[in-house]
Amino acid sequence: MSDNNAYPSEHHESPEGTKWIWKVFWILLIVTTVEVVLGIIKPEALTDTHLLGTSLLNIIFIVLTIGKAYYIVAEFMHLGHERKNFIWVITLPIVILIPYLTFILLTEGGYLNTMMNM
Amino acid sequence: MANGAALEQNTTAIWGGGRQPFGVSYGKMMMWFFLLSDALTFSGFLTAMGLYRFKFETTWPVAEDVFTHFPFLHGEHPLLFVALMTFILILSSVTMVMAVNAGHKMNTKGVTLWLGLTIVGGFTFLGSQAWEWYHFIHGDKGAVILQDNTVMYVTPIEGVKAGEIISIYELITGQEKPHGDHSEFQTADMIAAFGLNENMTLRMPGKGVQDEATGKATPITLSRAEALSKMKNAKVLQGAGMQANEYGNVLFADFFFFVTGFHGTHVFSGVVLNIIIFINVLMGTYERRGHYEMVEKVGLYWHFVDLVWVFVFTFFYLV
Repeated sequence: MSDNNAYPSEHHESPEGTKWIWKVFWILLIVTTVEVVLGIIKPEALTDTHLLGTSLLNIIFIVLTIGKAYYIVAEFMHLGHERKNFIWVITLPIVILIPYLTFILLTEGGYLNTMMNM
Repeated sequence: MANGAALEQNTTAIWGGGRQPFGVSYGKMMMWFFLLSDALTFSGFLTAMGLYRFKFETTWPVAEDVFTHFPFLHGEHPLLFVALMTFILILSSVTMVMAVNAGHKMNTKGVTLWLGLTIVGGFTFLGSQAWEWYHFIHGDKGAVILQDNTVMYVTPIEGVKAGEIISIYELITGQEKPHGDHSEFQTADMIAAFGLNENMTLRMPGKGVQDEATGKATPITLSRAEALSKMKNAKVLQGAGMQANEYGNVLFADFFFFVTGFHGTHVFSGVVLNIIIFINVLMGTYERRGHYEMVEKVGLYWHFVDLVWVFVFTFFYLV
């Protein structure tokens, strides 16, 4: 076991300095602010337009959230700078399993709702 | 590839099989695998909540009606406090990256400073969560629980506040509920006040039934006569617990406690790990080892906690 700490990971350089860190910070902060402002004012144009079974506003929230997740994982967690095969090892199970589970449970939830109201 | 030299040098960085799989150390890869499984656990919780939310679509409590408090501010400020919590966690993620960055340069002072700030950020978040839980458990406006355990809000039939939630305090005393008031009310007083106030009725929580033509949703509201008859066997309900909560569906509070609680447990263990490596940094353990990869591994866990909160924020408070 003592060997496990003997050698660090192969070093994949992040950009020099700390500028990139603050860039990601501002992106995350601005996206969060946009989400909160949209969540408070709830523009009718967005809440009343429907797309993919929910409101356009919710779709915007989900897209922005996945955008934030991308920046956290790729930059802060450094996954974007790892070897390509390792990136796939980590992201592929997530990308396949989570949408699958979400699809099944939300479909079933919708079905239970129609059954309850019959 | 700029790191050709690094690759050359790392042919000695072995797990025992003669090569380092994926160019990642054993500890770091196992941390990633753990985070992968943890991500699936959290997605299990959030999608389970989605299942019940879809099932009780019309009456599922609206987050903006529930989380309206902000420390030292009067009135209703939906989303503001969770936005602050999100900001705190993002900031502590930034300080963690700074610590990892300083570690790459073998800058012990830098690691100490940034890791220290990360720990402060972690405690600030935990404190905010405790505040949030306190207000959630104590409740705000109070509600009516019917004999069949359905929770309903008191609301005026006509007037400027029609459709809005009236607090039990306001129903009984006729005055707006003061900030931070936690007085408990008797069922008999509530029923009497409700009977006297001709303008009051009961409505279901949630956004309600959607009109096919306009797409607008209106909460399910009882007629005055119906409300009066339901009120006979009703009880006053203030605050939230595992059995019932004033916000509506019992599962709403259960998921709140479970999802944010599980996340909070992660934050807490993250803070503990941060403190352990902070002590190691002070003792010079990583300086002697020749690299600060332990900071990086714990950093991965800390960022993951931030990542999960991003999703909890969206799916519990926003959508």
